[in-house]
Amino acid sequence: MANPTVSAATATFNYKVVRWFAIMTVIWGIVGMLVGVIIAAQLLWPALNFDIPWLTYGRLRPLHTNAVIFAFGGCALFATSYYCVQRTCQARLFSDGLAAFTFWGWNAVIVLAAITLPLGITSSKEYAELEWPIDILITLVWVAYAVVFFGTIARRTTPHIYVANWFFGAYILTIALLHVVNSAALPVSLTSWKSYSAYAGVQDAMVQWWYGHNAVGFFLTAGFLGMMYYFVPKQAGRPIYSYRLSVVHFWALIFTYMWAGPHHLHYTALPDWTQSLGMIFSLILLAPSWGGMINGIMTLSGAWHKLREDPILKFLIVSLSFYGMSTFEGPMMSIKTVNALSHYTDWTIGHVHSGALGWVAFISIGSIYYLLPRMFGKTEMWSTRLITAHFWIATIGVVLYIAAMWIAGVMQGLMWRATNADGTLTYAFVESVKATYPFYAIRLLGGTLFLTGMLIMAYNMVRTIAGSKAYEAPIPAVPAHA
Amino acid sequence: MSDFTSGFWNLYVIVLTVASIAGCAWLLISTGRIKVAAKTGAEKGPVDKTTGMGVTGHVWDDDLQEYNNPLPKWWSNLFWITIFFSVVYLILYPGLGNIPGVLGWTSSGAYAKERADFDARLAPLYDKYAKMDVEQIAADAAARQTGERMFLTYCSQCHGSDAGGGRGFPNLRDRDWLYGGAPATIIETVTGGRMGVMPAFGPVLGEDGLRNVTAYVRSLSGLPHDSLRAQLGKTVFTANCAACHQPDGKGNQAMGAPNLTDNVWLFGSSEKAISDGIAAGHNVGHEGGPTPMPSFKDTLSPTQIRLLAAYVWGLSNNPAAAK
Repeated sequence: MANPTVSAATATFNYKVVRWFAIMTVIWGIVGMLVGVIIAAQLLWPALNFDIPWLTYGRLRPLHTNAVIFAFGGCALFATSYYCVQRTCQARLFSDGLAAFTFWGWNAVIVLAAITLPLGITSSKEYAELEWPIDILITLVWVAYAVVFFGTIARRTTPHIYVANWFFGAYILTIALLHVVNSAALPVSLTSWKSYSAYAGVQDAMVQWWYGHNAVGFFLTAGFLGMMYYFVPKQAGRPIYSYRLSVVHFWALIFTYMWAGPHHLHYTALPDWTQSLGMIFSLILLAPSWGGMINGIMTLSGAWHKLREDPILKFLIVSLSFYGMSTFEGPMMSIKTVNALSHYTDWTIGHVHSGALGWVAFISIGSIYYLLPRMFGKTEMWSTRLITAHFWIATIGVVLYIAAMWIAGVMQGLMWRATNADGTLTYAFVESVKATYPFYAIRLLGGTLFLTGMLIMAYNMVRTIAGSKAYEAPIPAVPAHA
Repeated sequence: MSDFTSGFWNLYVIVLTVASIAGCAWLLISTGRIKVAAKTGAEKGPVDKTTGMGVTGHVWDDDLQEYNNPLPKWWSNLFWITIFFSVVYLILYPGLGNIPGVLGWTSSGAYAKERADFDARLAPLYDKYAKMDVEQIAADAAARQTGERMFLTYCSQCHGSDAGGGRGFPNLRDRDWLYGGAPATIIETVTGGRMGVMPAFGPVLGEDGLRNVTAYVRSLSGLPHDSLRAQLGKTVFTANCAACHQPDGKGNQAMGAPNLTDNVWLFGSSEKAISDGIAAGHNVGHEGGPTPMPSFKDTLSPTQIRLLAAYVWGLSNNPAAAK
């Protein structure tokens, strides 16, 4: 714990852990997206697994999802939440030791994932594939994270808790709950990686998708909304559009997300009433989701001109547009009759990536571009033109990716349900696969563009860091307008 | 059948659901009621210097502030619409625990109805085929097309789109049958499925015995082999293999034991492939197969199976000649 007797004038923020996480965000982003590009290429050219079990699609796909969600997204959330909570509480992190533990622990989890998943060690629960020993490490890291975060809130010198911290707090608490409940399992033995879920049958499916959808809701939404609430008004230099909207959409969002999981199990053994509840609460979720988009985008009112020359703001605002689009698409897809067409098709993949690339990655990239130079005592990245290039390359990449998957998905859904007069299917499954090939190619191109953007970011990061010293900002002695 | 172990959980779901939707409505009403000046809060509270619009007065990290704007009207209305829709949906459809909904809709009921409509629509078409011999069906172009489409849906994953088979999956075009190619046998195979089993002989035969019997098996279909070993292997074959594959190696269709003399190989004809097969056997669950042929009696109607069998039979027979 930091020494409380250190005088306010000499006390600094803990930028060290923020800096580490920010740099790892870029590195893991490249790794995770590279694996994504590889498996996208495998769908087009299956021979690219070279008949090596470790490189097969089935093992690399969970590596891709874990790397982009928990490694890239996770490091971005750690970096921004640690930064935001310190700046808006005007207090140093509650414990430097625990904060460092979260960094090394989280990265150990990622490395273990990168080793075990290609080896085929998996719990086979989607987005929770890591086996029980790693799950225990995740739990320890997460408890430390919660202690550091809420400890810092408790030490704040500002009278109120800023809205970004509500969202970060909700994300940290709920992910703890989701992870512990969903990962409950019985190991085969203490020396074996293998474990079996504590739940069986349809209950297991329900727990899995309660977790799965809330991983989207709290990890990929609430956490990144926290990011949005700090970096959008900071970069725009404007106040948040509406405090009241913040309150309503925060409570409605975190409450309603909890119910939405069953829409992943429409037309399955899940009871009808459960499916109905999953669907209606997914629809109710539309307005609370859009509340965040409105609050972010409307924050720019009176400052729209800044969008023209500021590529960081471009990233942030376009991310909110994608957020609005995918949170409209999600409730629509949860309607049973729409789901009957969209489920199991590439439409779902398109939907996920409009959220993951368009929203999560864009808001993270924008925030890291804001954050990184400040970690080294600067206010700007080495090259603004490279940020602009990154923005356009990434935008074209996302649009190609999701448009290809939308078309492919709707086409697959229509092909699968087409029947002849004699009651037989018009198309064999393999014909729908064949028809998807051109779209796989476009998707691969889109993904490659997005990865290219990340490489540009990495170059810009290296040039920004080169020759500059790590910076620890002093905590302002007196809160600005308290 | 109830989804709940006791009436309590039914009530729990109903109360929680109603309270949750009501909670959303309450959140909207209570926060919407607070009146705030949209444009200027100048006379009352603190304002943002650039726009003159009212802010909450809280400041974080030098410059983070919040406007005191009311909820956007269109946004509140959108929220209300979804809440209203949910209430109506829960009245019409199941959702509140065991309460069925006034439409009486169930997913199993909807499926049963769709299935019944489908069967009723197709009944006249299929009734015609139910009375025909498989050979006759095979000669009917429309029936063959239906059979082919079913084959592509249900069979091509293993036997290939052209029915040419693959390693462990029989070729259906070559007139070589494991269980027999008579129409009635094909129907039996599709209806009930098949489960071929070849026991592992590695431990019984030892290394030498394995090499000898492999040579003998290769000799049966005229493949290159060590004739001395083949001679020794004949005794091993008679003692261990003949019970199923018959003394002459021609197999036994009653139990699906393959004919070893016709140079058609399910798992390959190389010395290694044959030797591995004898040593480890071909049992379900180990690499190298076999893969069981599933039963289709719960998936397809007897008439559909007739059409499918007719298509498969027609692949290696001349349907026109059977007319």
